[in-house]
Amino acid sequence: MELTGAEIIIECLKAEGVDYVFGYPGGAVLHIYDAFYKQDDVQHILVRHEQGATHAADGYARATGKPGIVLVTSGPGATNAVTGIATAYMDSIPMIVITGQVPKHLIGNDAFQEVDSVGITRPIVKHNFLINDVNDIAETFKKAFYVATTGRPGPVVIDIPKDITAEKIAFEYPAEIKMRSYNPTVIGDDEQIRRAVDLMLKAERPMIYTGGGVIIGNGSEQLRTFTRSLGYPITQTLMGLGAFPASDPLSLGMLGMHGTYEANMGMHHSDLLIAIGARFDDRVTGALEKFCPDAKIIHIDVDPASISKNVKVDVPIVGEVAPVLDTINALLSKSAEQTNKAALEKWWAQINEWRAQDCLKYDRDSEIIKPQYVVEELHKITNGDAFITSDVGQHQMFAAQYYGFDKPRRWINSGGLGTMGFGLPAAMGVQLAYPDETVACITGESSIQMCIQELSTCKQYGLPVKIINLNNGYMGMVRQWQEFFYEKRYAMSYFDALPDFVALAESYGHVGIKVEKTADVRPALEEAFKQKDRLVFLDFITDREENVYPMIPTGAGLNEMILV
Amino acid sequence: MVYELDNSEAVEMKHIISILLENEAGALSRVAGLFSARAYNIESLTVAPTDDPSLSRMTLVTTGTDEIVEQVCKQLNKLVDVVRLVNLTDDVHVERELILIKVKAENEQRDEVKRIVDIFHGHVIDSSDTTYTLEVTGDSEKIDAVLKALEGMTIIEVVRSGQLGMGRGAKGIM
Repeated sequence: MELTGAEIIIECLKAEGVDYVFGYPGGAVLHIYDAFYKQDDVQHILVRHEQGATHAADGYARATGKPGIVLVTSGPGATNAVTGIATAYMDSIPMIVITGQVPKHLIGNDAFQEVDSVGITRPIVKHNFLINDVNDIAETFKKAFYVATTGRPGPVVIDIPKDITAEKIAFEYPAEIKMRSYNPTVIGDDEQIRRAVDLMLKAERPMIYTGGGVIIGNGSEQLRTFTRSLGYPITQTLMGLGAFPASDPLSLGMLGMHGTYEANMGMHHSDLLIAIGARFDDRVTGALEKFCPDAKIIHIDVDPASISKNVKVDVPIVGEVAPVLDTINALLSKSAEQTNKAALEKWWAQINEWRAQDCLKYDRDSEIIKPQYVVEELHKITNGDAFITSDVGQHQMFAAQYYGFDKPRRWINSGGLGTMGFGLPAAMGVQLAYPDETVACITGESSIQMCIQELSTCKQYGLPVKIINLNNGYMGMVRQWQEFFYEKRYAMSYFDALPDFVALAESYGHVGIKVEKTADVRPALEEAFKQKDRLVFLDFITDREENVYPMIPTGAGLNEMILV
Repeated sequence: MVYELDNSEAVEMKHIISILLENEAGALSRVAGLFSARAYNIESLTVAPTDDPSLSRMTLVTTGTDEIVEQVCKQLNKLVDVVRLVNLTDDVHVERELILIKVKAENEQRDEVKRIVDIFHGHVIDSSDTTYTLEVTGDSEKIDAVLKALEGMTIIEVVRSGQLGMGRGAKGIM
């Protein structure tokens, strides 16, 4: 039987086990939408803006590990998706973005809603394709899913001219795909692994530093075994939180610009750094020339280009985190040699001294609502087990510092690109993937307005996301930098025409609650989380000028934190 | 704070990189785009299909410290269209570049230009009443030397192919 190109696209998605596609229709994709209309296997979620579609698919991918799927039209549909594609790219999230294109004979003619989608997205995708022939659709989809989900994952864009989606051919989905130019399977080098294990056992002041790669590479179990068998301190990046439980005494919390005192001091004074699935981002290292001056560095990463990119490492291990850690764990359990107990005891004593600094303390008796308090109460009421999405800024850092993630894939935020507007649509994707789980979006009054239109999507699909709006009336992180480094000249960081968020939520058909006193925080959260089937928008009026501490200013080393 | 710079690593060197890549629309712009996006240098770049028309062979000359060039190679290798990459500078190899030079050649200059072309084993491939067009091939040093030898003449225009390179010995890039 012959199928149209549009029907073939649906068949490809079915063959890949896709359950949701996030999208928005338009002229160039009308054949595809017509094909969607005629089937029930793949559900299409209609967003209110293409950026929302990409973030929703991204949230779905981060929570499930499966690729998120996006469908948008040509021209503005594709350009609106760009922010979300770049967001996924920076955090290595598998995503397939199908963009409609004008018919082949119009390409290059400045046709209506024409844009060079492949050209525009080239630097922010793992790979992209422009399909020129209906016969290439199936193979291209197979390649796209393969590339997006293997090695270091990332978004893949498939641009499809409209005329191709109407042409008919027989459909056959390739069972396997081999690409001579793409071979993502890498197994860690045995010799390097042996060298690493040797260094690990000899270390006197070791630090384990892990990133998002452990979560993306499904290496949490292996990491737990590894860390506990050595009994070494572990710190995790913003993207890595949850891979190792925050509640475990070995965990020193997050490191970097707003990391804990004990994590950053531990990094700086370590003699061995074991970096796993992390990429030495500038927000983590601080000034490179001051970074971990006494440490030998072992780096395990699936992407060879991440190794020695910013910081030169001593033992590079290119490979997927989970199998490499399996090998290391096996070697450690067989090893006759033991860790240096005396040195470690001294090291832990030093770390506990740093810990006693209690760098995350804040005024718990404040009548004005402290944002940290809201996050801590949220943790209690959700038993620390909710899926938490966030936007970008102070609230994101408070969420990372105070929620205490014990499981991987529960903390969903835009780390690399730092995209405001990410939180709400990402929460939609998570809630669709896990309809019975608790999903909360920690946001601020500035970020939430960047994709606020998705409240309408939540209504349409009955998504009971809980929105925790930490409303201080400022772009908090911008204001904090202006306070510290621009003598409190708050240029454009203040919103003096904020909406009534309760009324706004209600106008979309949701529940809104405004909370203005610390004493009301807990009851309001209880009230909100009782409403299992409703989206509740909690507008917390928080301390206007609370800052995120600790903080490493630009150009400083990890040992040069500003403390509260 | 004062830092001791380790000069042995910070030296910028010219590297000649040979790349086999899928002969597909957009493959060249992926390579070129990578260089501009990451602020790497391209000194020259040549590309054309190989005996297997589904593949293109590219020779790319870049400058940078060893660390930067290592990053360049890793990032290029990450491109899905790149089948194989070799940094020819790491091993013995041959290099060739072709130059076309249109130079003013009148009266006694006509003999002088011809003598210079002969010295460099080049050819005159076109001529007018007042000019010669010369073709010379060789490694980049030789090409630079030709231009230096012609310094006293009036050069009307010059086009250089950019370097081509191949490893010495029996082994191919694959």
